[in-house]
Amino acid sequence: MINLLARRFAGLLLTLFIVSLLIFTVMDLLPGDAASIMLGTSASPETIAALRHDLGLDQPLILRYGQWLAGVLSGDLGNSLTYGVPVAGLIVERLAVTLPLALMAVVLSVAMALPLGVLAAARRGGVFDIIATLFSQISIAVPAFWVALLLIILFSTMLGLMPAGGFPGWSAGLLPALQALLMPAVALAMPQAGVLTRVTRSAVLETLHEDFARTAVAKGLSRNAVLWRHVVPNALIPILTMVGLQFTFLVAGAVLVENVFNLPGLGRLALQALSQRDIVVMQDVVLFFAAMVIVVNFIVDLSYLAIDPRMRKVA
Amino acid sequence: MAPLVSASFASRRRVFKLSRRMNLVFGAVVVGLLVAVALLSLVWTPLPPAKMQIIHKLQPPLAFGLLGTDQFGRDVLSMLMAGCWNSLSVAITAVAIGGTLGSIAGISAAAIRGLFETLLMRICDVIFALPPILSAMVLGAFLGPGRFTAITAIAVFMIPVFARVTLATSLQAWSRDYVMAARAIGNTRLTISLRHVLPNIISQIIVHGAIQLGLAILTEAGLSFLGLGLAPPAPSWGRMLADAQTYLAFAPWLAILPGLAIALTVFGFNMLGDGLRDLLDPREMRR
Repeated sequence: MINLLARRFAGLLLTLFIVSLLIFTVMDLLPGDAASIMLGTSASPETIAALRHDLGLDQPLILRYGQWLAGVLSGDLGNSLTYGVPVAGLIVERLAVTLPLALMAVVLSVAMALPLGVLAAARRGGVFDIIATLFSQISIAVPAFWVALLLIILFSTMLGLMPAGGFPGWSAGLLPALQALLMPAVALAMPQAGVLTRVTRSAVLETLHEDFARTAVAKGLSRNAVLWRHVVPNALIPILTMVGLQFTFLVAGAVLVENVFNLPGLGRLALQALSQRDIVVMQDVVLFFAAMVIVVNFIVDLSYLAIDPRMRKVA
Repeated sequence: MAPLVSASFASRRRVFKLSRRMNLVFGAVVVGLLVAVALLSLVWTPLPPAKMQIIHKLQPPLAFGLLGTDQFGRDVLSMLMAGCWNSLSVAITAVAIGGTLGSIAGISAAAIRGLFETLLMRICDVIFALPPILSAMVLGAFLGPGRFTAITAIAVFMIPVFARVTLATSLQAWSRDYVMAARAIGNTRLTISLRHVLPNIISQIIVHGAIQLGLAILTEAGLSFLGLGLAPPAPSWGRMLADAQTYLAFAPWLAILPGLAIALTVFGFNMLGDGLRDLLDPREMRR
């Protein structure tokens, strides 16, 4: 098992390394480097060349990549070209919005999808099944940022119950902060919940027909006990896999939804960096997002071992 | 206690089968209509989609034109029609490119195995770690926003999606007796891949393509929403939604209609994909 963990971890490091190399190279190919962006269009070529030298931009790509990577590993992500502050600090600051938002969305989507999917499978063809199928088909089809707009129209402009956007900061208190994140989290959770409901339904349906489920029925356990104690835990692997796979889309959705609600999160930071052509911030934020996706999928892989003891034996 | 698999299961399965067939019909009709609208928009829209009539700005549906006007007095129906073509053409091109490249990679990996397969899977992991929105942002900074950026970003993300599916299904095909027989009589890996593996997995590739089209439409809308899709004045559903944000309080139809168009399109492609899967891969039906 240690062997398997080590192999997976080595794979994770290798993927992270290739991703970082790819991001650095692509960003390096962008027309206009940090020096010309900092000095603007009116600077003379000599001034730009001098700053390029000072910043070390005239060194070969591989050397600069090495320096950048060494910086990343030691927590120094460089300074933002537009704000002049360390990017690491910016990311931590923005993460305080994006991370709770993503977590709330995952919790909400599982809370919606798990009961709905399980009940749909348990009463296949029944009312719950029809509701679950309709719900999943519709929520998969609607873009998160549109749900966000609809929520604003309904709860902010028509009913006046929720703030239409912005984030008061955690210093304003837990409740106002959570309230500001609630609608974005619901918008983000909806498409995820649709996919999860579908996967839960089919995973539970498949497990219902396994021998152990039949045995549990035969020994006289109640329908609910069979379902929740035997079937659902065994159906968790594909459900969890989907939570991991969906994380990529959650990140993409966060960029859009943060934009709708004017939330000062990582997605908005990336978009601002793009419009201000702040290459350093772009590089670091894209790498950070990619690393998050890779690490979450790694954790999902590991959690298989916790959920299913049979996998530990195989390992 | 009620049995877990109820007695009326057979009749439910009939209903289930019927509903699945309805998926296919519904999906095909919706997609067919959308393609027709997209093609029609190339030759006719009620008004030119970029024509501004400021005196008629922000008119609700039916007050001016069937679906009203936007903040510049442009006809919303005409913009939706033209946006349909832009959305579908970007999504279909991206899925076609990504699907072809990904399938070639997956089928080749199944035939060659070894280091090539490991390498391909590693590349897939790398691409999977970069959501299309992010790669489009990087590409957008490089190439500027536009059709090419959107298509490239979506197509690049589609490559590993298709590579993984075709690798898995090709490997299954390679373990079958007919492939053994083909190998025994001395066929090359290329011939086996083209003559025996591909025909057996093509239906799964098509089904997957239909489902991925829905995702591509959503991604294109997201890119346009962020200003990374088609450049103005070419109308796109995503940008219509982005523009509508300012007018949510007094012109909500501007935010509702393009979203409905996106949702209906994705819904149609998902239904078509589900229906095709049941038609082409009947094993799913037995579940």
